[in-house]
Amino acid sequence: MRRWGEALVVNGLLAAGALLCAAPLLWMVSVSLMPAGEATAFPPALWPSAPTLEHYRELFTRLELARFAANSAILALLATAIGLVTNSLAAYAFAKLRFAGRDRLFRLLLVGLVVPGQVAMLPLFLFLKQLGLVNTYAGVLVPSLASIFGIFLIRQYLLSIPDSLLDAARLDGASELRIWASIAMPLARPILVTFATFSFMGSWNDFLWPLIVLSGEDRQTLPVALANLLGEHAMDVELLMAGSVLTLLPVVLLFLALQRHYVRGILAGSVRG
Amino acid sequence: MRIHPAAGFLAPALAALLCFFLLPVVAGFALSLTDFDLYALADLRNLRFVGLENYAQLLRDPGFWSAFRNTLGFVAVGGPLSVGASLAAALLLCAKSARAQAFFRTVYFLPVVTTLVAVAVVWRFLYHPRLGLLNHALGTLGVAPIDWLGDPALAMPALIALAVWKNFGFNMVIFVAGLQGIPERLYEAARLDGATRWQQLRFVTLPMLLPTTGFVALMTLIGHFQLFAEPYVMTQGGPGDSTRSLVLLLYEQGFRWWSLGQAAAIAVVLFAIVLGATLLSRVRPARREAHA
Repeated sequence: MRRWGEALVVNGLLAAGALLCAAPLLWMVSVSLMPAGEATAFPPALWPSAPTLEHYRELFTRLELARFAANSAILALLATAIGLVTNSLAAYAFAKLRFAGRDRLFRLLLVGLVVPGQVAMLPLFLFLKQLGLVNTYAGVLVPSLASIFGIFLIRQYLLSIPDSLLDAARLDGASELRIWASIAMPLARPILVTFATFSFMGSWNDFLWPLIVLSGEDRQTLPVALANLLGEHAMDVELLMAGSVLTLLPVVLLFLALQRHYVRGILAGSVRG
Repeated sequence: MRIHPAAGFLAPALAALLCFFLLPVVAGFALSLTDFDLYALADLRNLRFVGLENYAQLLRDPGFWSAFRNTLGFVAVGGPLSVGASLAAALLLCAKSARAQAFFRTVYFLPVVTTLVAVAVVWRFLYHPRLGLLNHALGTLGVAPIDWLGDPALAMPALIALAVWKNFGFNMVIFVAGLQGIPERLYEAARLDGATRWQQLRFVTLPMLLPTTGFVALMTLIGHFQLFAEPYVMTQGGPGDSTRSLVLLLYEQGFRWWSLGQAAAIAVVLFAIVLGATLLSRVRPARREAHA
């Protein structure tokens, strides 16, 4: 009997928590489908009286949301593709190549993890300005060309690959680059997927740096465009919710598809402590 | 002389980190010692070395102290609340009688992956005094409408609630892994000794989670110091100065008023605080062994 009561409490609390987590997101979707003005009527409506896609249409036709979405997608894909190559190359060197001072250099690199990005942000902006890279894709991408966390994540995984596999190829005369490409990387696929998921989401969700670098209207990313939309259409709640749905949707879908890989990344990152 | 193959592997990443991270960090310190402003932006000959003047100015500026207090408050209240919620959720998920764990874990984690700007837009309306869902729900309980984001005493707590909602799932996943790593025999031994459920939690679970908690708390702290998008989107630092954080102040000084020297000094202060917190967490007292 006591067991039964405990199950009720535990699962009741779990369900209540799930409702708290989901409610803001469900409300967002619901309002995005309401006819204009319905969410700002009193008392506030919970469900659309007549569901409509007009706000989504308006975002794409009048407000050119597709362009901002394309900017976000291109930047996230480029950041991920470049990061995959640079970080996995460095990770391979730290895990599988022998050279003087390797472990000291790696530890030194990890020290960089505690430096808040904001310290580098101001000089980096001035530097990019000198190079004429303000308001360009390249300017936004520059901080994600390589990542200490990415190198760390991939290196830890590569350490678990037995050296004997690589040595066999070395005896056959394969170059290190070839071994990296045709043996190490295929074996490291799971962690590469994890890194790619982190990188894509991080880039897509990033706000402060794109806000600073992309001053021009046409190159803005989705989150920056959404923040501007809030400034111009503060009371068009239904429109703003539709914009929020579109901003969230790609990362939420990506997470649902690759959840296992994403969680592995968090856990791999947390053993550091 | 033969170049070591490792050099080629390291070159792309290290060059990028050197040019776009290490050098800018060093330059950031240098920048904080100058009066870099709009005039210097137009012509570098207007740039002057001012020593620690930017820091002296920060110490005299009530706006800085207010941002400092706000950030500290956000960290000191939001951090523990977030870690506590993570722990509570993890304990519930790992309870023997819990059902549909995979589903609940996914739902709890969902806010973590969402775009902060987008959920801040959503929460701004949830908090709306007349039309927001929150006041509507409270209204059915007989509570008079509250102006969450318009009241200087409530705006920061409102941002903290959003941050807890958004972040607790991340640490929850780490706690779940920690809980699953506790050997079952410890609980068996505790039960043999007649320990109640509460005593098992207090003397087995929590001590075994201590290393995890230390790490989680530090990362949460560092993350919370960087508060920016929530006040930027929801309150613009107001009402008054009540939600202006250090990073928001840095952004405004640097990119609205182009006082980049001042802004760099704020960045260095932020760095010093984060570094201090990291070092402090390393000198925690020797851990007592859990009695198995």
